[in-house]
Amino acid sequence: MRLLKDALARRAMGFVAALPGILVLLIVIGLFLKSKAILGVEPLSRLLFSSAWHPLKGQFGLLPFITGTVWVTVTALVLAVPVSILAAIYLSEYAPRWVRESAKPVVDLLAGLPSVVYGVWGVILVVPFVGGVLAPLAGVYSSGYSILAGGIVLAIMTFPTIIHVTLEVFASVPGSLRDASLSLGATKWETTRHVVLRKGAQGILAASVLGFSRAFGETMAVLMVVGNVPAVPRSLFDAGYPLPALIANNYGEMMSIPRYDAALMMAALVLMLIVLFFNVLARRILVRVEKRVR
Amino acid sequence: MNGVTKGHLEKRKRADVFFRVLATASAATVLLSLLLILGTILWKSVPALSLSMLTQTPKGGFYLGKEGGILNAILGSLYLAVGATVLAFLLSLPLALYLNLYKGRASKTAVWTRFFLDVLWGVPSIVYGAFGFVVMLALGLRASLLAGMLTVALLEFPIMCRAIDEVMRLVPLELKEASDSLGATRFETALKVMARQCAPGILTGVLLAFGRGIGDAASVLFTAGFTDRIPSSLADPAATLPLAIFFQLGTPFPEVQQRAYASAAVLTLIILLISLAGRAMSRKVTRHVVR
Repeated sequence: MRLLKDALARRAMGFVAALPGILVLLIVIGLFLKSKAILGVEPLSRLLFSSAWHPLKGQFGLLPFITGTVWVTVTALVLAVPVSILAAIYLSEYAPRWVRESAKPVVDLLAGLPSVVYGVWGVILVVPFVGGVLAPLAGVYSSGYSILAGGIVLAIMTFPTIIHVTLEVFASVPGSLRDASLSLGATKWETTRHVVLRKGAQGILAASVLGFSRAFGETMAVLMVVGNVPAVPRSLFDAGYPLPALIANNYGEMMSIPRYDAALMMAALVLMLIVLFFNVLARRILVRVEKRVR
Repeated sequence: MNGVTKGHLEKRKRADVFFRVLATASAATVLLSLLLILGTILWKSVPALSLSMLTQTPKGGFYLGKEGGILNAILGSLYLAVGATVLAFLLSLPLALYLNLYKGRASKTAVWTRFFLDVLWGVPSIVYGAFGFVVMLALGLRASLLAGMLTVALLEFPIMCRAIDEVMRLVPLELKEASDSLGATRFETALKVMARQCAPGILTGVLLAFGRGIGDAASVLFTAGFTDRIPSSLADPAATLPLAIFFQLGTPFPEVQQRAYASAAVLTLIILLISLAGRAMSRKVTRHVVR
């Protein structure tokens, strides 16, 4: 009886173990099947590289949305990567123990805040700041609902991802290496730069790539502050219209216009494939880093 | 010591101080942005926060600034997140046990499964939403509490599973060997030794996933629908707090936008509470833990 239970449990668990892989595959296949309706009619190159977005005329060029996503994400990373890495350096190299311990809940909480809350905050604070302070400083007019506002909000959202992974990478650098460098008369910063950062370079790269893919797919917070104008943006103060926002904004009317739903599912597929690519890349690097340390 | 080396030393020292200040400032920026977000949301919510907001469903003209509250969304979100978390737990616990007890921790199966879980963790929630929508269409379902639960369960699954797995990886193998030597089957070891030993960590993982599930908007946008009523069955559409915030903020009326701030504060408080509970419990539920 006990053995039977054991055998049953093992079968069931073995099935569950296959689930993650199957799920990844199912998502890609499901979205692909739905987007076939449009892939059969329009050539892929026109879908991806045309900026004509007129669903009523049957034109579905995704270029404005893809560039919008890239602009927002790159802006966010330019802001987030240096701050996150420096913060991680402070926490791992300079901070006293109690600060390091109490920083963990802060980072966790930042990661746990819902994206809608970030969005509301962005609307209250960041959008007026960009429109009323930064844009006049740069000598341009902007409503504030812009790529830059999206980038700032998104940057704060990616802090926890990058800090968390970077801290783990720094922790894996042996302390004896630091001691050796310090004993040769190097200053704290020189040690950090030549030993910790060099040893952890690949891991930091992986952390940034992970941050990138997290930011790339973020929907609600960006949607609320970025303006949502379907044109290729020309400056940071222009409104943009990222892919996830496109999908989220139009789910209501997509069933009433022919091939609209297929176009949106294809947008989801593009998003999935790009994020998948960067995720796999980052994980590969991290696995290699982990192996080398051991 | 001649002047050249002295200048050189000064320069190195200055660089050291400069970067120490820069790193400290960066860490402070991260902390300040959290405080700024919490502060802004709570401060802005004060004028609109009232008891009727928490205890009433939207009345006619609610989105024009008339009477009512967001009880429908609060309850809808709770139902949805509880259901999704239970479903995700039913998948996550067996999988984590399987990886740690049945397969070796470093076996090929374990490494690949973890890899796919990490990949799933990175999949944006809007993609889960779109996928849930595709499945719904294929099965002929309408937007409902059940469809939302299933989608959010998929979203929570990798988060919970990886959290539990991380805790189980730290359990010393001697514990398993001791249990084996007493004649326990692997299943008994899994449930009575491993799961109990990891109870605090499992709880933290469950709460982490719950918080993620209750706060997610993009995945329920297509799948759970939205309604002013409290759902009475799994087939009813359900309102959710994040979407209620989003819709209220989207109206042109200041009173309604104020309510969006208040709703955001409610959601933030729920998240804060969950995270505090997770911290407190992971310290308390350690009665059965062998140290």
